[in-house]
Amino acid sequence: MTAKVEIVGVSKAYPGVRALDAVDFSVEAGEVHALMGENGAGKSTLIKVMTGALRADSGVIRLDGDEIKLDSPGAARAAGIGAVYQEVNLVPSMSVTKNLMLGRLPRRLGLVSWSRARDLARERLKRLGVDIDIERPLGSYSVAIQQLVAIARALDDDVRVLVLDEPTASLDAQEVQGLFDILRDLKQRGMAIVFISHFIDQVYQIADRITVLRNGRRVGVGTTMEMPSFKLVSLMIGHDLLVAEQKPPTFHLDPNAAPILIAKGVGRRRVMEPVDINLRAGEVVGLAGLLGSGRSETAKLLFGAIRADRGEIFVAGDSVGAASPAKSLRLGMTFCPEDRKSEGILSELTIRENIVLALQSRRGWLRPLSRREQDRLADEMIEALAIATSDAEKPVGQLSGGNQQKVILARSLVAGPRVLILDEPTRGIDVGAHAEIVNLIRKLCEQGLALLVVSSELDELVAVSHRIVVLRDRKQVAEIPGSDITRAKIIETIAGS
Amino acid sequence: MTKETLSAGLAERAPLVGVKALLRHRMIWPVLALALILIVDGVISPGFFRIRIVEGRLFGSLIDILYRAMPTATVALGMAVVISTKGIDLSVGSIIAICGAVIVWRIHAGDPHFVILLLALGTGLLCGLWNGMLVALLDIQPIIATLILMVSGRGIGLMINLIYGGTNPSFNSALLQGLSVGHISLIPTRLVVGAGIFLLLWLLTRRTAFGLFLESVGGNPAAARLAGVNTRLIIYSAYLISGICAAAAGVILTADTHTSDPVSEGLYIELDAILAVVIGGGSLSGGRVYLGGTLLGALVIQALTTSILSSGLPPEYNLVVKAVVVLIVLLLQSSNARTALVSAIARRKR
Repeated sequence: MTAKVEIVGVSKAYPGVRALDAVDFSVEAGEVHALMGENGAGKSTLIKVMTGALRADSGVIRLDGDEIKLDSPGAARAAGIGAVYQEVNLVPSMSVTKNLMLGRLPRRLGLVSWSRARDLARERLKRLGVDIDIERPLGSYSVAIQQLVAIARALDDDVRVLVLDEPTASLDAQEVQGLFDILRDLKQRGMAIVFISHFIDQVYQIADRITVLRNGRRVGVGTTMEMPSFKLVSLMIGHDLLVAEQKPPTFHLDPNAAPILIAKGVGRRRVMEPVDINLRAGEVVGLAGLLGSGRSETAKLLFGAIRADRGEIFVAGDSVGAASPAKSLRLGMTFCPEDRKSEGILSELTIRENIVLALQSRRGWLRPLSRREQDRLADEMIEALAIATSDAEKPVGQLSGGNQQKVILARSLVAGPRVLILDEPTRGIDVGAHAEIVNLIRKLCEQGLALLVVSSELDELVAVSHRIVVLRDRKQVAEIPGSDITRAKIIETIAGS
Repeated sequence: MTKETLSAGLAERAPLVGVKALLRHRMIWPVLALALILIVDGVISPGFFRIRIVEGRLFGSLIDILYRAMPTATVALGMAVVISTKGIDLSVGSIIAICGAVIVWRIHAGDPHFVILLLALGTGLLCGLWNGMLVALLDIQPIIATLILMVSGRGIGLMINLIYGGTNPSFNSALLQGLSVGHISLIPTRLVVGAGIFLLLWLLTRRTAFGLFLESVGGNPAAARLAGVNTRLIIYSAYLISGICAAAAGVILTADTHTSDPVSEGLYIELDAILAVVIGGGSLSGGRVYLGGTLLGALVIQALTTSILSSGLPPEYNLVVKAVVVLIVLLLQSSNARTALVSAIARRKR
């Protein structure tokens, strides 16, 4: 069998980053080829190159053995490559017909022939076994149907290669099976399918081959038989099994201490299966899992930033009831979000204002902190966390990423929490600041804080955690007690082998 | 060339002192604009700065500008609060019209005038409640949400007139007219009222934590919420404040004309108010509230109007000249335009 699409030695560099470094990839007719990798692995760049959205710096793309130039999305289409991107590029307020046929409306005498358009739209959907009223607005259908419409739109008559970026991200289990039935059918008919997903179980259900990318390089390729989940996760996370394990430092911890935070079966439909997590004073619990496993979602559910639709949260023995960030804060919980730009910093406001915000909202608007008090807190934090700035009156937007992260951490600490939830506390910061933050986490825990640390870096989790809760595919799958915490053990648990 | 880069580097590192710091200050452009307008006025019409005492009150062009600017300034202060939350309140003119109709209706009905004053302010509060509900609870975009009351408000005013069959009768009220056109010793009462509202809002935003919450909600609502700020409540209160400010302006304007005409009262005042906020350094993308700047902005707009009228220029020129001056002030405020200007000057020097 000849390879349908073959990518050989493709490289792509952005200023300061090698997004793709001599990557090979191929997909054949009648196969589903999964493309796996963590954040920044180069998956998106690779599919953009493959669909003509991005031009590679070097490398060759062959279609059925002939070299082709994919310098625009149109060229890729003409070559028979169709794609459905993660962010569905459809218009919910328009009818299904228009969504399907926009840009390729059949014309007669220069005017759009709507009856012909409807026939064509129906035919496209029939190929996927979808039977819906195509005159209704797309937005009135479920996400699953919308996803199928997006696929139908990508499946032009001559499409032979279909690229699906996270097609199952917002589908429930039943809808995923429905989609897989359709994919299997397409496969039977000779379609070459590139499947990108974070869900390991799904990949093993549907894929024939797997390619793993890490930091812009291809680190592994093989059939699903050759690539058991343990190996897959190791390749994705980049763990060398031969490296000696670094023993976690032992902390003093009272094993009989009552938990401060208890989450019982807290979850939300389509977001996260119910989780059970306890946190005791002076304890660091790590939350491990791959991208998309529900790490941030779990943290946000516990803090009330995502409203749970099941389960109950107790703080110091009392039920929280309907959780919200304001309520959690009052009960002594604080949260440092992963995405500091969109959820963390107030870039126009000064460092001082950013630092006192959570404490101030805990006190309420009628009990303002005096300016002197604010200055004292800000200066204290700038010194304690070594925030690099000339003074506290600088807008936070002018600081570097690592220092912004520290300001958000300072905001949480100043509010006087008993429970601190850190979502990726070291994301995007340099090595020096990284070590400082890891040390800080240890120090806080010695002071009797209960910490929940979400991190994609296993070394970090191993270094700070007393226990590690492992998530996979939006489910809590295991809890690793302190004595067992090693990187290998975490990977093994994530892989589920 | 080397010398230039060297001195540029030095200037960047040197502490901002004197003129340079002054030029960087966000208030400098509205202040300069106001000063320039007043100086031009002084040259054109001698005696412009003279303030006399006539019949026991202050009298003069400067007082006149303050006096006439006060309704717009009051509305603009409320607008500044709303705009700091990344919102906008287009309905203020209509709130003024509704308040005017309510005042005349209740005077006709013979209510005590003190009660009427409270009713008028209560009407503004009610309008704010409505806007706040649409924006903060139902998550409707502010421009659309307040457009609803903007469009319907004047109709509501006309319907209130229908209740008593009134066709905008004139009225006299010692209390209301005292607030509007009266004076306390030498000073016009409305200036005292305006100063009072400014002071209250200043205390609220700068001496309680409300200002910080407003700015955090406008700057990054997601972050504010995660920091425990009740974002809905803060946004809600902004529209309440704007509603009450508009009602206060409504009392002053209605008492001033001794009548109420829902069709024209406070017409287009929302545009002047928004302009005043922007001239004062506020950004429509929210995140900062500048009450002092807003007050200055309202004065710039009124000074301009007054000087065009008193300069002998045909009144037909008023709007266009006003637009040009406003455009210049805004260009000076825009950092993009300023950077372009600086680099253009630098290129010419070379």
